[in-house]
Amino acid sequence: MRVLWQVIVKEFLQIRRDVRMIPVIFVAPVVQITVFGFAVNTDVTNVPMVLVDEDRSATSRDLVSRFVDSGYFDVVGSEERADAAERWLAVGRAQMALVLPAGFGADVVSRRTAALQVIVDGSDASSANIALGYASAVTQAYGVDIQATRVRPRSGTATVRLEPRVFYNPDLRSRWYYVPAVLAMILLVMTLLLSAMGVVREKEIGTMEQLIVTPIRPWQLLVGKLAPFAIIGLIQVFLVTAVTIFGFKVPLRGSFLVLLGLSCLFLLSTLGLGLLVSTLVQNQQQAMMGAALAVMMPMILLSGLIFPIENMPRAIQLFTYLIPVRYYAEIIRGVFLRGSGLSVLWPQAAVLLGMGVAILTVASLRFRKRLD
Amino acid sequence: MRRLRAVMLKELRQIRRDPFSLLMLIAFPALMLVLYGFALSFDVRHVRLAVQDRDRSPRSRELVASFTHSTYFDLVATPAPGQDLARLTETRVARAILVIPEQFGRDLAAGREATVQLLLDGADSTTAATILGYARALVSAANADVVTEELARAGRRPAPRLDLSPRILYNPDLESTQFLLPGLIGLLMMITAVLSTALSVVREKERGTMEQLRVAPLRTLELILGKTFPYLGISLLATVIVLVTARVLFGVEIRGFLPDLLVVVLLYLFGALGYGLFISTIANSQTFAFQAGLLTSLLPALLLSGFVFQIRIMPPWLQAITYIVPNRYFLVVLRGIILKGERLTTYWPDVWALVVYGLVVTALASLRLVRRED
Repeated sequence: MRVLWQVIVKEFLQIRRDVRMIPVIFVAPVVQITVFGFAVNTDVTNVPMVLVDEDRSATSRDLVSRFVDSGYFDVVGSEERADAAERWLAVGRAQMALVLPAGFGADVVSRRTAALQVIVDGSDASSANIALGYASAVTQAYGVDIQATRVRPRSGTATVRLEPRVFYNPDLRSRWYYVPAVLAMILLVMTLLLSAMGVVREKEIGTMEQLIVTPIRPWQLLVGKLAPFAIIGLIQVFLVTAVTIFGFKVPLRGSFLVLLGLSCLFLLSTLGLGLLVSTLVQNQQQAMMGAALAVMMPMILLSGLIFPIENMPRAIQLFTYLIPVRYYAEIIRGVFLRGSGLSVLWPQAAVLLGMGVAILTVASLRFRKRLD
Repeated sequence: MRRLRAVMLKELRQIRRDPFSLLMLIAFPALMLVLYGFALSFDVRHVRLAVQDRDRSPRSRELVASFTHSTYFDLVATPAPGQDLARLTETRVARAILVIPEQFGRDLAAGREATVQLLLDGADSTTAATILGYARALVSAANADVVTEELARAGRRPAPRLDLSPRILYNPDLESTQFLLPGLIGLLMMITAVLSTALSVVREKERGTMEQLRVAPLRTLELILGKTFPYLGISLLATVIVLVTARVLFGVEIRGFLPDLLVVVLLYLFGALGYGLFISTIANSQTFAFQAGLLTSLLPALLLSGFVFQIRIMPPWLQAITYIVPNRYFLVVLRGIILKGERLTTYWPDVWALVVYGLVVTALASLRLVRRED
């Protein structure tokens, strides 16, 4: 036990000795979560729109004000002709052009089909898609209003009204979705990357040989090397959760203890992967490239942290079941937003436990073989 | 000139000796592109829908059919009345639950407005907003049909219809790859240029070989150029591979003028390599260099450049920060050239910003390097 303690102390001393690492460990998460919290926003509002009103009737002005009042569009300029408006899109000063051709108002008044056009800069596909959705919603709503005010179908027209009720995130704030996810990313970086590099550095500097000739058992060395990173990881859970709740006002509806406990299970996999990477590479640069680029990036992108898994093709969806972060992402969102406890999250917890044990076993076997 | 070549050769030999890192530098970007292209999209399809039809009338079945026959929704459960609906969303069996009340058919038959409820899992706000949009569109389409029928039956003129025809420029199918590609090029060049330059210099420091280079008869400029040129080459190679991959696998064409593309890529690399050098003058360990590089270049390139998340809707203080992120300018020009087929001259302000960034960063790095030498 004392030996183990000494390895842990040595490891902490080493981390502390690299003075610049302290801010990296503790400032980086805060910077990351702040940037994430404010930058990551998929709510599309204030789409810069250039206006081509060839009609200049009361109806066309009415519709334009509908677009502006919706809050989704900002009129940044107006042009006489549509092709002039296209230049605005090419230069990037506007993302959309609304074209109301001459005769639009007259068509509406005489109850014909009135055509209008939106020209969208499709180079940013996802926001273009959403902007298009808004444009058609505004147009549709206007159409319904015209119907109600001008046509007045007899009072008893049987229509269906859709009454949405949104659970967990009633105002549909994308921040609530993304900010808790930062926890997973920070834990990945801090535990996987740092533990991989911590082990490889000893190899590179040659101190691994010294450790091997000391009377430390392999498991003591292993636990001693990994424990500090696990502790740092757990501190991050407190830190990031605090910033998420108090800084970004994201509700923590479930129990913090559940979150903490399940985070420990997640750390098994990340530390194990870190160790595994360290047995596969020769130097720190490879460790970084391997851990950060080959392991972490795909895991983050395919875990559902940013891009929903449901939207991926079937084959890749199946593949995501192999990624521990996937389960942790479900846990984080379950605990934070849905207020879930173990009664709902036990399958995820069980998988994380199984994966963690499996990865750690493989990694420590490899680690041990190298030591012998 | 000969000494410059000697440094470059040394650096190249060092790169070659570590084929794993080299492979990562060159192959990783293309791999990312494939991943992005095939796996990632914000397009919402096949939403898991549960339907609780308490009415079971022809009209309610009609409404359910209009949902399930669209490609947007997949029917996954039909909970009986009284079943705990919240459990369905909490266990994520269903994303959305359509609840049709008992009197639905009767209300419609009596000419009253009938209400149906859509319970939505809002945790993933973007997806939820899209689902809500789909549902509203389906219901209002059904309503429009009803109104048209009524008017026709009453022998009245039909209501005016607004026909919105969208025209999508540059990327008519709204493919995510098309717009992710330029951002991806910026991202990968950040990785190769900033990180690899910084690491290669810091590694020499860590191993103590930097002193050897210092005492060698080399000018600072020769040392800097010799160390950065090989990575410039690797970055360019990786860019070409990504462009070819995008062309072959995803049909992304470069619509603009190729020399324009080369100029802006070189300008951007000039800044990125300079920044890598700058980090290397601060860092003493590779760990620090990597973390610092990741935090100050890769993270902004990912989040603050307009790559996926729009700058326009960020808070003003954060928008102010984006002005020192070179990817912000690079992306505008790159998207312009690749997707819009514009010339470099369309984007003068952004090009100049890149030039200024490169000059400032390189000046800072060389100042620090020179001072260390004294």
